[in-house]
Amino acid sequence: MKTDSAGNLRRRTILPFRIKFEERISDVPKWYPFMISFGAVVVALLIGAIILLLGGGNPWLTYAHIARASFGSIGVFSDTLVKAIPLIFVGLACSVAFRMKLWNIGAEGQFFMGAFAASAVVLIPILPETAPKWLFIIVMAAAGMLGGALYGFIPGILKARFNVNEVISTLMLNYIAVAWNNYFIFAIWTEAGFQMTKVFPQNAWLPRLTDLGSEIPFFRGLTTHFGLVLAVIAAIIVWLILYKSRWGYEIRLIGDNPKAATYAGIPIKKHIVWVMMLSGALAGMAGMSEISGVVHRLQGAISPGYGFTGIIVAWLAKLNPFAVIFVSILFGALILAGREIQPSGVPKMIQGVILVCLIASDFLIRYRISIVRQGAEA
Amino acid sequence: MNSTSDLQQQVRKVVEMKAIVKRFPGVLASDRVDFELQEGEIHALLGENGAGKSTLMNILAGLYKADSGSIKVNGKLVTFSSPKDAIAAGIGMIHQHFMLVPSQTVTENILLGLSKPRFIMDLKNYDQKIIELGEKFGLPVDPKAKIWQLSVGEQQRVEILKMLYRGANVLIMDEPTAVLAPQEIDILFSTLKNMVAMGKSVIFISHKLHEVQKISDRLTVLRKGKITAGGVSAEGKSRADLARLMVGREVIFSLDKKLSIPGKVVLRIEDVHCLNDKNLKALNGVEFEVRSGEIVGLAGVAGNGQKELADVLTGLRHCLEGKIIIQGENIANMDAKAGIRHGVSHIPEDRTHVGTAPNLSVTDNVIMKNYTKKPIARGWMLDNPSADKYARELKDLYDIVVPSVNTPVRLLSGGNLQRVILAREISSEPTFMVAMQPTRGLDVGAIEGVQKLLLLQRDAGAAILLISEELEELISLSDRIFVIYEGEIMGEVTDGDVEKIGLMMTGTRQEQLEKMEAQYEN
Repeated sequence: MKTDSAGNLRRRTILPFRIKFEERISDVPKWYPFMISFGAVVVALLIGAIILLLGGGNPWLTYAHIARASFGSIGVFSDTLVKAIPLIFVGLACSVAFRMKLWNIGAEGQFFMGAFAASAVVLIPILPETAPKWLFIIVMAAAGMLGGALYGFIPGILKARFNVNEVISTLMLNYIAVAWNNYFIFAIWTEAGFQMTKVFPQNAWLPRLTDLGSEIPFFRGLTTHFGLVLAVIAAIIVWLILYKSRWGYEIRLIGDNPKAATYAGIPIKKHIVWVMMLSGALAGMAGMSEISGVVHRLQGAISPGYGFTGIIVAWLAKLNPFAVIFVSILFGALILAGREIQPSGVPKMIQGVILVCLIASDFLIRYRISIVRQGAEA
Repeated sequence: MNSTSDLQQQVRKVVEMKAIVKRFPGVLASDRVDFELQEGEIHALLGENGAGKSTLMNILAGLYKADSGSIKVNGKLVTFSSPKDAIAAGIGMIHQHFMLVPSQTVTENILLGLSKPRFIMDLKNYDQKIIELGEKFGLPVDPKAKIWQLSVGEQQRVEILKMLYRGANVLIMDEPTAVLAPQEIDILFSTLKNMVAMGKSVIFISHKLHEVQKISDRLTVLRKGKITAGGVSAEGKSRADLARLMVGREVIFSLDKKLSIPGKVVLRIEDVHCLNDKNLKALNGVEFEVRSGEIVGLAGVAGNGQKELADVLTGLRHCLEGKIIIQGENIANMDAKAGIRHGVSHIPEDRTHVGTAPNLSVTDNVIMKNYTKKPIARGWMLDNPSADKYARELKDLYDIVVPSVNTPVRLLSGGNLQRVILAREISSEPTFMVAMQPTRGLDVGAIEGVQKLLLLQRDAGAAILLISEELEELISLSDRIFVIYEGEIMGEVTDGDVEKIGLMMTGTRQEQLEKMEAQYEN
């Protein structure tokens, strides 16, 4: 007892109060996690403002500029949505895998493989240039998903069979995917020696709002493409799978306690492979929509790191498929603002600060913090 | 003669613990316990699981603080507030689970946390010191070897060296033989004998009677936090005496139990062999049958293969040899689903880690075994409303106290969590049930409820295998009892004779017992 009180005394002299952390033993209300996330974003923006201030900038003007550059008019908002589309797909891909505690860091590689497989439909060619648009979209989407799924299968089977850490294998496979793509655009499908393929025929483009410009003048110049619809459908499907299906129940059970899942007779290894493939297919779909909806050719720089941003998106959305849509739009805006803001690293810095704040804020959901005045507690 | 006995009485007392009381929520783990250790002796501390052996020794090693009582080391009154204080006073504890860094060398592990060497490691010099220390006490180790390269026995040697290096004079060994192979046990014993010859003292915690007889000079027996024998000489004590002291004779409270009417054989296991998590043999040719409408108890001191048997029966562990036949089908080495298909249900020992998914809701936890069946399954979809309805029904039926069925189960109390598991496992109307420690950690009322539920299942025709360390519970619930010891069935008891069970629990076979009885009668 003596030593105990002595220890307390030593602590007491530093501060007049003590901060106490207690693990929450009761459930938090539904709105609480959302409030915490929102608060974390606000704090992140404040920290970002301080950094901007220290850097000699005007945070208020910067933020206003970012807002104007991404939400200021229907035109730029449309561009924001275009950036959000691949993020939604990749965010969903990560959400599915993370829900099972499979750390798929390879969405970037699966994105490239999806883009590659979708391009192959046009470039091999599997479909003639004169094939109807709807057929192109279906076949390219199927190819994109297949490409991503197969690329997810590799780390999946390696983990299931040989217990290879998926973080390492998916990360390494990213570099292979980029190199694989480069080989094709440099050596095989190169157009006149440039590091890009020829432009796809119009039939292989996802329809854009601007395509309707002649009938509805309001849509003129808007680049938002059909991929947005596909992305929202994908979010609905992922939500149905995770929360309404038997498979989703199994995924959640494995994610929460693999021992309990084994005990309930669920074959975990099979699920590892399937979930990695679903995750890969979603990331592959991102590649397909980007190729067919925006770039219209296969080239080197098709991703400013969508696959990695997707990890942040999934985390920020707390793995909720619908939240992924909104978070993706926020991050699409930040990517877009990168074009306008100099130095362009500022939005990236803000992204990073937001992520750190969000991960830190999780603590508030798991623990209750109370400030105890000294003396109040005997 | 006189002078030698005088000398013996003047043996120095290294440790004196007086009237130690330690209370945990709901349990009196140590009830005014006295303990004495003399210089140069191996003192065995015997008792069943939960008897308070580890609590007492954790107090001595500075891990716990006693609520009251005093500790004297070498005649001086001490208070320990951390293991560091205890080591400074020359008391070191070697835990069952080693605390070593696998990727570092022996020397690095031994030096870990010490204030010398300060900055430059100068390992060569220290390697030599450790070799010398090892030679002195008969503990040969290669100081440059990495821990992961060593066998379990060698790792234990490193733990002992770690304590000796820190100047420990009293070594507390917490069930040191539990992780060792038989040959390693012999080596350990000769090492211990060596060390006491050099003037060290050893406290040997165990529940294995033959080891205690072999190694110890004196022994203290604990039962339910109380001393039943304090510091008596190990000589002249038969195993039967020790078993009685350890297990005790208790008035068995009676349950309202109808006579069982066993039906056809539901489970038959033949010559089952398997390994434990440390790849040591856990089951060695286990054979028995369980019929419908009976509760078969499995008695044994913890760690004699009970958990492994439950795992093997429910498809959670690989079976090296043998057959597990349920309703005519051999389900050995199939996954848990095969058993579930046959109506096997399982109340696991480890509720939070095996039995439930803590962050999922009560609903998600109770549908674990029947989410593939109608009406909860609707094609590939789950029918959430009917799953919730099912969960609410179970909540009412089994008195699960929880605000809503959507509450994550990690927020439930132990008793409520156990009810969630029981609700799930019993409501599936099992043909065969493995219940492992179903009442552990519950309060008296809850225990009775669980026991009644098990009897109801029996009367409804289920075959039940009850695995428990609570002998009273086993005897009052079971229709017959098998006793397991080191992965082998020692025999079967049908009359609930505690003494017989106690002897079998400590490694006497039924045949030997019968021979002994015959000799007595002659």
